[in-house]
Amino acid sequence: MLERMANEIPRLFEYYSAIFLLKAMGTTLLMTLVGVGLGFLLGFVIVYLRQTPGLFWVPVRIVAITYVEIFRRIPFLVILYLVLFFIQAISPNASLFTIATIGICMMAIAYTSEIIRAGFESVPRQQIEAASAMNFSRWKTLINVIAPQSWPVIVPPAFAYMVSFIKDTALVSQIGVVELTFAGKVMNNRGYSALLVYGTILILYFLLSYPLTRLGGYLEKRFASSKDN
Amino acid sequence: MHHLKITNLSSAYGKNVVLTDVSLTVDKGQVISLVGPSGSGKSTLLRVLVGLTPPTGGTVEIQGELINYNSKSSIKLSRDRMAIVFQQYNLFQNMDVMGNVTIAPIKIKKRDRKEVEAEAEDLLERVGLADKLTAYPDQLSGGQQQRVAIARALALQPDLLLLDEVTSALDPELVTEVLDTIRRLASDGMTMIIVSHEMGFVREISDQVVMMDEGRIIERGLPAEIFDKPTTDRAREFFGKILRH
Amino acid sequence: MNYTFQFGVALESLPALLRAGILTVELSFFAFWGGALIGLAGAAAKTFGGPVVSRLAQAYVVFFTNTPALLQIYLLYYGLPEVGIILPSFTCVLLGLTLNAGAYLTEIQRAGFLSVRLTEIEAAETLGMSLWQQIRFVIVPHIAKTIYPPLANMFLILVLGSSMAAVFSVDELTGTAINISTETYRWLEMFTLVAGVYIILTFVASIMLAVVGRKFFRVKARMF
Ligand SMILES: Nc1ncnc2c1ncn2[C@@H]1O[C@H](COP(=O)(O)OP(=O)(O)OP(=O)(O)O)[C@@H](O)[C@H]1O
Ligand SMILES: [Mg+2]
Repeated sequence: MLERMANEIPRLFEYYSAIFLLKAMGTTLLMTLVGVGLGFLLGFVIVYLRQTPGLFWVPVRIVAITYVEIFRRIPFLVILYLVLFFIQAISPNASLFTIATIGICMMAIAYTSEIIRAGFESVPRQQIEAASAMNFSRWKTLINVIAPQSWPVIVPPAFAYMVSFIKDTALVSQIGVVELTFAGKVMNNRGYSALLVYGTILILYFLLSYPLTRLGGYLEKRFASSKDN
Repeated sequence: MHHLKITNLSSAYGKNVVLTDVSLTVDKGQVISLVGPSGSGKSTLLRVLVGLTPPTGGTVEIQGELINYNSKSSIKLSRDRMAIVFQQYNLFQNMDVMGNVTIAPIKIKKRDRKEVEAEAEDLLERVGLADKLTAYPDQLSGGQQQRVAIARALALQPDLLLLDEVTSALDPELVTEVLDTIRRLASDGMTMIIVSHEMGFVREISDQVVMMDEGRIIERGLPAEIFDKPTTDRAREFFGKILRH
Repeated sequence: MNYTFQFGVALESLPALLRAGILTVELSFFAFWGGALIGLAGAAAKTFGGPVVSRLAQAYVVFFTNTPALLQIYLLYYGLPEVGIILPSFTCVLLGLTLNAGAYLTEIQRAGFLSVRLTEIEAAETLGMSLWQQIRFVIVPHIAKTIYPPLANMFLILVLGSSMAAVFSVDELTGTAINISTETYRWLEMFTLVAGVYIILTFVASIMLAVVGRKFFRVKARMF
């Protein structure tokens, strides 16, 4: 067994295999970044909508809240299949990468909007009243007062979620996107030892995730200590 | 024409009625002090005036113009004329002193940045903070923060300044510096409504003292009248307690 | 979009889905309690263990929280046979989910340990409580109150996470949806339906957990 692995290791890291794995790693990263980036923007929109005051906007608030509640209660794999078959029904030529990214985005919207909301709600009400007594519009209050004060609350958990989204993208291999996990399956099918291949893939995921975990933890500590001063 | 005319103003938080039939006039250049026990509705009155808490009845006219508190644009117009300073200063924590004072004139009133900044420096000089332009609120003492808050309100060039217990969150030694600032504003002819528990100060600075209790005005008059010959038992009791301290 | 929804077939499969739902709940339930035990040991190791033991516990947490559960199960399912250990797919999934949950539950329970305040224990001592009474009436209730919300949240995460079992042909909710879809070709309807089942399932679980939390642990916070 060990002998077999020892024989395979040099082959696994030969030029083409290494490039294949690195590319797959890039795909995983790109999917996550685009999905989460868009998710964050749209999550912001969701929060903005659900905090719009007034009777007239009740339906919009309901839609925004329902979206968040629903998409945090469906497994990512199920979201992925739904997006896959829905998009294939309306646009059969959509690439699998696009489909997977949309899936990640739909999920990320729901989770990031909750982080953003918690951040916004952490800003004391008096700050908002002071702004509104000075004739700040809702948008100007958000941009000039709420957002700058809430990002220390938003950023650390955002990193934690980023890591969990990276890990969730492993499921995207199920619909055939050639990302890290799929690359592992391909190598395994080519006859490489499963222990070796999946062990390597696991390490590659770790290399993507761990720095983000550390950075999030570091920022959390920093923000917390700057608040005590 | 009165500068500000409040007629039969009422307000409530849910079912809890906190202002009942409050009527009050303020003339240009006058300083009116609101006194009264905790929970009597002083803050609420100021909050209603600037449109932070909706009234349930009555009218408010500023310089002869009726404020419609159901209309955002009407509230906005009124806020161009009055500025409020809160007990807890409520400075924007993410901006330095200069940012706090200039943001509304620049971003909201769209005035020229250079001009606003020059004015802000003058204002901060007047409140004795010329050397703190780049400090953040959490680097300032309470008294300094409160003076920044006053400068921020003045930068809006209001016709009427509302001050809500601006010294009650401060340590005793910091109170004087803030009171001095207000004194100077009064002698410059600023029209003000002041909520305060500093009775000596109220007596010295006010043109009229108004006493509230349970959401109503129960007594009003010149400081000397109110403090020395209160007509109601409630007022006598209140001043008896406060002045003994 | 020239796709006509036909929910008829999907609805016929509802009983099968509900049966599969039981497996989903079982999977999450066992992974949760298994993980909670591992987590208790891990938290104790991190908090009270010597330098070696606490580092080992920390390494376990770091490794499992920074790599995908799917790949961990791959290693168990495809990797272990290479060293002669062949486990059924259900076991692999359960083991993987449990080890994964254990890492998160280590962190949660450690936070619980750290939340106990010395002053509270001192107060209990001055009241003349024995060590056992202190644990029973002061320490455990305090920890329980602190960690209940994240624990409840973890259970719900596991319900969603257990859908991974479908990848290894375990016929829980998602797996069953895939099976029926491959026969009927009504993928969209099937997955809409199964999504609905997950929503209802987690909703019911949320409510039950909130009620239990309120009643037994004085937890007021909104959960999930
Ligand atoms: N946001 C609120 N929601 C509900 N009730 C409130 C709110 N703010 C104030 N109240 C109630 O309104 C009444 C008047 O409060 P207000 O703050 O106007 O009194 P005040 O005269 O300013 O008292 P203080 O001297 O303590 O500042 C009180 O009974 C208070 O409990
Ligand atoms: Mg008050």
